[in-house]
Amino acid sequence: MLSSIGAKSIEDLFSSIPERFRLREALKLPGPYSEAEIIQYFKERARESAVGYTSFLGAGVYNHLRSVITDVIIQRGEFLTSYTPYQAEISQGTLQAIFEFQTLICQLTGQEVANASMWDGSTATAEAVLMAERIVRRRRVLVARSLHPQYRDVLKTYARHSGLSVEEIPFAGDGTLDRKALDSALQDDVAAVVVQSPNFFGTIDYAPDLAERAHSSGALLIVVVTEGVSLGLVRPPREADIVALEGQSFGLAPSYGGPFVGAIATHEKFVRQLPGRLAGLAYDSQGRRGYVLTLATREQHIRREKATSNICTNQALCALAATVHLALLGKEGLREMAEQNLSKAHFALNELLKIPGVRLGFDAPFFNEFTVVLPRPVDAVNRHLLREGIIGPLALNASYPELSNHALVCVTEVAARSDIEKFVSALRMAVTLPQDRQ
Amino acid sequence: MSGTMTKSSRHVSQNEGLLFEKSSPGKRAFDLPPLDVPAVDPADAFGANHRSEGVEGFPELSEIEVLRHFTRLSTWNYAIDLGMYPLGSCTMKYNPRVNEFVARLDGLATEHPLQPQELSQGCLKIMRLLEQCLLEITGMDALTMQPAAGAQGELTGLLLIRAYLEEQGNARKKVLIPDSAHGTNPASAVIAGYQVEKIQSDAQGRVDFEKLRENVTEEVAALMITNPSTLGIFEHRIADMAAILHAKGALLYMDGANMNALAGVAKPGDFGVDVMHLNLHKTFSTPHGGGGPGAGPVAMKKILEPFRPIPVLIEKETGELALDEDRPRSIGRMKAFAGNFGVLLRALAYILAYGPGIRQATEDAVLNANYLRKHLEGVFALPYSLPTMHEVVFSDSVQNKNGVNTMDIAKRLIDYGFHPYTTAFPLIVPGALMIEPTESESKEECDLFIEAMRAIAAEAASNPDLVKHAPHTTRIGRLDEVTAARKPILRWRPSGNS
Repeated sequence: MLSSIGAKSIEDLFSSIPERFRLREALKLPGPYSEAEIIQYFKERARESAVGYTSFLGAGVYNHLRSVITDVIIQRGEFLTSYTPYQAEISQGTLQAIFEFQTLICQLTGQEVANASMWDGSTATAEAVLMAERIVRRRRVLVARSLHPQYRDVLKTYARHSGLSVEEIPFAGDGTLDRKALDSALQDDVAAVVVQSPNFFGTIDYAPDLAERAHSSGALLIVVVTEGVSLGLVRPPREADIVALEGQSFGLAPSYGGPFVGAIATHEKFVRQLPGRLAGLAYDSQGRRGYVLTLATREQHIRREKATSNICTNQALCALAATVHLALLGKEGLREMAEQNLSKAHFALNELLKIPGVRLGFDAPFFNEFTVVLPRPVDAVNRHLLREGIIGPLALNASYPELSNHALVCVTEVAARSDIEKFVSALRMAVTLPQDRQ
Repeated sequence: MSGTMTKSSRHVSQNEGLLFEKSSPGKRAFDLPPLDVPAVDPADAFGANHRSEGVEGFPELSEIEVLRHFTRLSTWNYAIDLGMYPLGSCTMKYNPRVNEFVARLDGLATEHPLQPQELSQGCLKIMRLLEQCLLEITGMDALTMQPAAGAQGELTGLLLIRAYLEEQGNARKKVLIPDSAHGTNPASAVIAGYQVEKIQSDAQGRVDFEKLRENVTEEVAALMITNPSTLGIFEHRIADMAAILHAKGALLYMDGANMNALAGVAKPGDFGVDVMHLNLHKTFSTPHGGGGPGAGPVAMKKILEPFRPIPVLIEKETGELALDEDRPRSIGRMKAFAGNFGVLLRALAYILAYGPGIRQATEDAVLNANYLRKHLEGVFALPYSLPTMHEVVFSDSVQNKNGVNTMDIAKRLIDYGFHPYTTAFPLIVPGALMIEPTESESKEECDLFIEAMRAIAAEAASNPDLVKHAPHTTRIGRLDEVTAARKPILRWRPSGNS
C-alpha cells in the first residue's frame, strides 16, 4: 500500500506534524493483552466489588429485574455498531425503534412528544430548565429542595452562565413540596418550577395543583422522574409542561453510575424548543412508510451557536434497551413490577417500624423508597450492616444537614422477603447494640 | 442497474409494523417471581394519584414476538459489522466484542454508584488505569472522566477555562472557533456563556494564522481548534497559535475528535494545548450504538486541575482510591454520578489490547486514508491538497456538472454495499465527501470501496439519473423529509396516523 501511494515509509505520512512533536519512543501503556488476559484483568477488578452484598440503595439508581433478551437484542451488531441514523434508507431499524421509544415515553409520562434521548436524568433536567427559559423568557427558576441533590448540582452548573438564578423551595413536614413557600416565591419573573416525583425522599410529590400554581404566574412546571417504574402505578404528570426522565430503571444495569438514558417529554406546542434528536414519520416517493430524523434545525450540526443544545452523541443504545425492556414487560408486566415494588417497600417499612426508636421520616404516600429516622447515626448503623453483608440505606445528612439520622431506604422487586427480614433484624441489632460495639 | 457490485446483492427482508400495532390484550413476555410479601392495594396507597387504568396504549406482546420484532428491525440497519462505514469525523472502527463481555461482568455492571467506596475499589481501579493511559496518550497532566459525550467534554473544558480566567480576575467574552469546526463547538461555547467568533481558514484549509493573530485580544478566552482539522489536515503551526494565545492570557482548547490520527504518534500536551476532550466512542472503539452512549473525558494542564468537576478520583495515602466531592474551586457537577463508567471500561479494554501498539492503529488509519485519496484523486475533486491524515475530503464539483451532488453519490454507495461517507461537512467545502476509513479496513475492503466510488463517478457521467434516484436496493427510497418536518408526527397514536 505504501508504495502504491508513493511513500517510502509510514513516517512520511506524518510529515505534516513538525518533527519535534513526533514521538520517538513507544508510549508507556500496559499491554498488549490477549482476549484471555483482558478478561482476567476485568474479572479481578470485578472481585473487588459489592458482589454478594444485599443492597437497599436507590437514590436515582435502581436495581430491577432485567431479561436476557434485552442484552441479546442490543448486542446485535446491526444495532451495536451503527451510527446515528442520518442515512435513513439503511437505518430504519434504529429509526423505528427510536419512534417506538418516543411513543413509550409519551405514554408513560402522559405527554405529547418526547425526544430520544438525553445523557441522563440530571442533564435532562438541566436542559428542561434551559428549554423553559427559551419558552417563557424569564430568569428565575424555583427548584424543590427535594430534587435529587446531584441533579440540583448539575442544574446549577448549566444555569450559572445562562443568566438564570436558581432558588430552592423547601419541603413540608410530610416530605412534599412546601406549597406555601412555593406560592410566595412565585412571581411574574419565574420561568419554571422544578419538582421531582417520587421525590428524593421517595414521596409522591406531583399533583395537578402544582401545575395550576405555576401557570397562575405564567411559569412552566417541570416534573423530574428518576424512578420510571413508578409510572406504571402512579398518575402521570400530564398537566406538567415538561417532564425530565431518567430511564435507568427500564432494563439498564447500575454500572457504577452510567451509561443511563435521559429523555425530555413535553407538549407539541413546545417541540421546536426541545433539545436532542427526534424521529418522525415520513414516506418515500412510492408511499412506503419510514422514519427520519426530523426538525434538525433545532440542532447544533445545523444551527451551531443558535442551537437548542450542544448535544450530539446521546444514549441511543440505552434508549433501545429501554424500548426492548418495556416491550417485554408490556402493560401488565410493568403494572405487576410496580405493584411488587410498592408492596415490598411497604412490607420493609412496616417491619422497620417495629424496631424501637425507628420512625417514618415523611408520611406522604411513597412508591419504592421511603425515609426512616433511626435512633442512631446512619453511618454507624451502616457500618454494622456492612459486616452482615448488607449495604444499608443512604444517609441523608450528607446532602441535607437538617436531616440527621434520616435514612433513605429503597426496596425493589429484586429484594426477596428473606433479604428484607435479614436487613430488618440486622438493623434492629445495630440500633440496640451498645454504641461501643458498633 | 449497472456497474459492478462485487460486494452487494439483494436479499429478502421482513416487513414489521410498530410494537403498538402488533399488540393484543393479555400478552406479555416477562414473568416476575411470585410476590412473597402481603400485597398492598395501590388505590389505598395512592388515592387520587393511583393510575388505575395502567399505561394506556402500552404494548402487549409475547416473547418471540418481541424478539422477532427487534431482530427484523435490526436487519434494516447497516453496521460496521457488515462492512466499511467511512463516515468522516465519526471514526467508525471495529468494536471488539470482548469489551462487551467484560462490561457485563457481575461486580462491574452490578455496582451502585453510591455504594461504599471500600466495595468499589475494582471500579475505581479501572477508572484510575484508564486515566493514566489517557494522560500518557495525550501528554496532559490531569483528567476528568465525568462528561457523557464529546459535546459535554467541550462544555466542561470551556467551564474549566472560564473558572481559571475568573480567578485571574476576568472571564473574558469570546471564544474563537474556525469555520471548519464541528457544530458542537459553538453550541458548547454559548452554554459556557461565551460569544462565538468565527476564524476563517486560509486558502490551504488551515486556520489563517495572520487573521488569528489579529483576532486574539484581551477579550478572547480561548481558541477551540480541532487538530487534525475536519479536513484531515494537521495544523502545523499549533504551537505558535498556543504562544499567541498564551501571550494574551488566553488558552488553547483542542477538540480531540480526530485523535485517531495522533494516538502514539504525537501528544497534544507537547504542542501547547491547555485542555482537550477525547471521544471514547471514536478513537477508543466504544460502540456508537446508533448514536450513543459515548464518553468525553477531558484532559488538561496543571493550571486547570483545581477546577475539575466533582467527583474527582483521588488516591488516599493508604493507596485506597476514592471519589472526592470536597473541591471548593470546582466548576461543579456535570452529570449525576461518576461518568459513563460502562463506556470508560470498554475504552480501557481497547487500550489494553493494543498497549504501545496503539501507534500502529494510528499509522494504519492514516495509511488507509492516504490509499483512498491516492486512488480517488482525479476522479473526485480534491479542494485542499495538503497531506492527508486520518480522513480525506473531496468535493462533488466534477459530478455536479452533470447535476449529481454529494448526497446522490452517497446514496448510490448504499447500492454498492457501503455506508455513505459524511456528506456536506465540513462547511468550508461545498458539496463535501468526507471519508474516514479507519485502521479496521483491510486493503481488500478499501479496494472494493475505491472500485465502487469509481463506478459511481462513471455512472454520474453516463447515467446521472441512476445516481440521482439512488438508492435502488433498499427497503424504502429517499424519504420526504420536508413534509416530515412541516407536519411532524413523532409518536404512534391509537387513531392510526403513523
